[in-house]
Amino acid sequence: MDLHFGDSKPTDEERAAVDALLGPPESAWEGADDRTDADLRWARGGREARERRDLLLPGLHAVNDRVGWISEGALDYLCRRLTVPPAEAYGVATFYSMFSMRPRPATVLHVCTDIACAAAGAAEVCAGVEARLGPGSGVSVERSPCLGLCERAPAALVVRAGAPAAGFSPAPPLPGSIDMRLRRGGAAAPDPAVGGSAASSSNAGRAGISGPGAENSARPALEDEPEGRLRGSRGRSPLVTGRGGVGESSYATAVAAPATIDSTIATATAPESAPAEPPATMAVPQAGQPGLILLRRIGAVDPTSLDDYRAHGGYEALRHAFAIGPAGVIREVTDAGLVGRGGAAFPTGRKWQATASQPDHPHYLVCNADESEPGTFKDRVIMEGDPYALIESMTIAGYAVGAHKGYVYLRGEYPRALHRLTHAIEQARARGLLGDDVLGQGYAFDIEIRRGAGAYICGEETALFNSIEGYRGEPRSKPPFPVEKGLFGKPTAANNVETLVNVLPILTMGAQAYVAIGTEKSTGPKLFCVSGTIERPGIYELPFGATLGDLLDLAGKPDNLRAVLLGGAAGGFVRPDELDIPLTFEGTREAGTTLGSGVVLALDDTVPLPRVLLRIAEFFRDESCGQCVPCRVGTVRQEEALHRIAERTGAAAAGDIALLREVGRAMRDASICGLGQTAWNAVESAIDRLGAYE
Amino acid sequence: MTAIPLGSPRRLIEFTLDGQEARVPEGSTILDACRAAGKDIPTLCQGDTLTPKNACRVCVVEVEGARTLAPACSRKAEPGMDVLTDTERARHSRKIVLELLASSVDLSTTPKVAEWIKEYEAKPDRFGPDAARLNEEPKVDNDLYVRDYDKCILCYKCVDACGDQWQNTFAISVAGRGFDARIAVEHDAPLTDSACVYCGNCIEVCPTGALSFKSEFDMRAAGTWDESAQTETTTVCAYCGVGCNLTLHVQDNEIVKVTSPHDNPVTHGNLCIKGRFGYQHVQNRD
Repeated sequence: MDLHFGDSKPTDEERAAVDALLGPPESAWEGADDRTDADLRWARGGREARERRDLLLPGLHAVNDRVGWISEGALDYLCRRLTVPPAEAYGVATFYSMFSMRPRPATVLHVCTDIACAAAGAAEVCAGVEARLGPGSGVSVERSPCLGLCERAPAALVVRAGAPAAGFSPAPPLPGSIDMRLRRGGAAAPDPAVGGSAASSSNAGRAGISGPGAENSARPALEDEPEGRLRGSRGRSPLVTGRGGVGESSYATAVAAPATIDSTIATATAPESAPAEPPATMAVPQAGQPGLILLRRIGAVDPTSLDDYRAHGGYEALRHAFAIGPAGVIREVTDAGLVGRGGAAFPTGRKWQATASQPDHPHYLVCNADESEPGTFKDRVIMEGDPYALIESMTIAGYAVGAHKGYVYLRGEYPRALHRLTHAIEQARARGLLGDDVLGQGYAFDIEIRRGAGAYICGEETALFNSIEGYRGEPRSKPPFPVEKGLFGKPTAANNVETLVNVLPILTMGAQAYVAIGTEKSTGPKLFCVSGTIERPGIYELPFGATLGDLLDLAGKPDNLRAVLLGGAAGGFVRPDELDIPLTFEGTREAGTTLGSGVVLALDDTVPLPRVLLRIAEFFRDESCGQCVPCRVGTVRQEEALHRIAERTGAAAAGDIALLREVGRAMRDASICGLGQTAWNAVESAIDRLGAYE
Repeated sequence: MTAIPLGSPRRLIEFTLDGQEARVPEGSTILDACRAAGKDIPTLCQGDTLTPKNACRVCVVEVEGARTLAPACSRKAEPGMDVLTDTERARHSRKIVLELLASSVDLSTTPKVAEWIKEYEAKPDRFGPDAARLNEEPKVDNDLYVRDYDKCILCYKCVDACGDQWQNTFAISVAGRGFDARIAVEHDAPLTDSACVYCGNCIEVCPTGALSFKSEFDMRAAGTWDESAQTETTTVCAYCGVGCNLTLHVQDNEIVKVTSPHDNPVTHGNLCIKGRFGYQHVQNRD
């Protein structure tokens, strides 16, 4: 590879941001300024450097977090460091909507204009904010797809670039040596070596592990230092900006939800002093009720405390897993009838079995936390409210499929979930619950978080692999399937967050008891993301088999219900007279609709349906990766046709509806991945079931 | 004819193709089987020297039991598979793909596409006069070749030829996303500021004429480009000792374009800047 770099140089800030992630360059081959005699005699980099290609996306994040955009000099420097061709890195950087290749203000305000937020008045908020935060305001306002804050619609997310605030680094720590350079406030950061020995000494007994001493010694800086707006209800005084500094602001994120024009502007101009986000439990109207399985700990445990997690039954499932062995875990999961909760409903046991039995090594476990389906926020609530549950279930899954490395691919719009998970992973690592010898059982497993950067398509598992590997997040063609050739071309089990946390009750209560929940074909509990024009939006847990009406009654259905969107933008609408649809995979299929990721978005009759459909079409047009023709151009043509008929009905719309059907059919049949294949679902169901445009 | 290495013997796969028994060597694609059986399936992004990207989806066929259609160019034949190439469903998707492309991209120099549009009764105009198009201007930033991305169907072939499949120069990539995705060098700079080594191997694989010799681009603009008046002569490159085959395209006794035979075991259609563009001395008559 004979790479060509331009003459652009990074600024000191950009260089520092990259070096904080990758460490200082080891030679001029890797971008060091001074060329030594040794550099002239030995070429360095090569294969070794190229093997770090997967750090491209974290590198782009590092620059974007620090400066707010990615300059030519910064991109070139990152390319030199990782031996990546600049053209390819440019292709990757321009793929993600959260990155900018042009200068922009350090503060970016993402105002959600998606379905649930639009129904709650996002258009007015957005227009008002745009009018007042014009050029020169120091804030760049961007209209955003669903931010996953639907229970508090309308929502806005502020990301202010800057130097990392002390005690909090926006970049997720990487295990291994790079990790150590990255960590700030070294004394307070947990040292894996120390943590390891502490864990091994306390492995003798459970009391030892959960002793307060271990917790305190391992508790990282996060607990003792302010952490900006990322703190939940237990919040302390807000982080003051400008510390540590060169007069520049530090990196900060904040959420305004429910957003008004004034609160959004206040949050955008001073994210560090915005009011704290409500705790995750506020998104769970059933919190504290008996009988909950997946949500039982949310609100009951301190999401920052491993001890509290253990006091609430944490790590019982992992102990049981070690007792029954990997094959036993897979058998339990298979017997429990667990199927994927991300939308595709593939049997988890079969996926694990297929991965575990691959002769090729290493095996990988990937947790798909790129929850971007409009209206979906269940994974966020789990990660924010019960992060250790995900870590424990990933450890079990990794053990079952023979993986020693797990990746969480977390969507870029979830700063609080990132923060909670990062902290939880550090804690678990320090306590020997992750690392070379998990629970003293001789099983090595560690978890790394990779942050997405604004691309719905990266929720598609093969696109997600490409994204982690440092390529454009374009889906691969299947076969080969991930269980055979997945992440880094190796056997990979990829599971959604909710799927994984279901493994805990399966192991603690046993497959028999789990099967008793739900229906014959859809077993277990299911989380539903209820939002829209409804009294008590939030995450609800119901056993499979409850009807749509049951769920809406719980959440306070409006009297003038017009339609319910099931499964998100890729799902379909149902009518108010179809509320007896059982919420199971087979029941929704029989009714000609889909459960998808569990979105239940209620719309009353004040919400103009054509505008909702247009927003869905816009969403798919924006989020199409552009790889295949049916989706790349088809989503554009779909949006154009919906624009034309926005104000029309009956015969005036018939021609365009026929055109939509033809294009939709080809998108469904001929697109590479699920995005294109489902891009016409919601529109079709609105026409056929709701009689839109009649 | 070039010698073909024998390799290890391959098992024959038996499957049903349009109701007929088909037997193809293991590893063959459905498209290979179709071509062996004399069936014509339209292809755009498929290239004989490249790994299929299956991005254009114009070659889709119906595989019995599958939820979606399968790209014939990359789906491997499997024993017992039942493939139907000419069903209404497959033809519908091909028609729509052709309509979507023709309504957004300038296909005026894409070979065969006019026939397919006729065969599949595609009507690109039905998306209306306001249908979004690429609306790109030709990029003329060097003396050797022109990038007219208004004609680009984003087949990825140039990217693959420039990258790890042939040239390993990595000068170009797909940038942006969705309908706004375009082939670009870093920072969308002119080619002269990029890693491009002007081998022209991207032109060799471009299926639409979006990439073309400057000589061809200028002659087309002047209205003097006439393929029927051209002769093609395959010879050996005179520059170095590798022995690449060159095919000289000559019109009015002037070399107007240089290609290389794709089945040539030395080049597989690839050349370097000298072989591809360094032909002026041949025509120097002073």
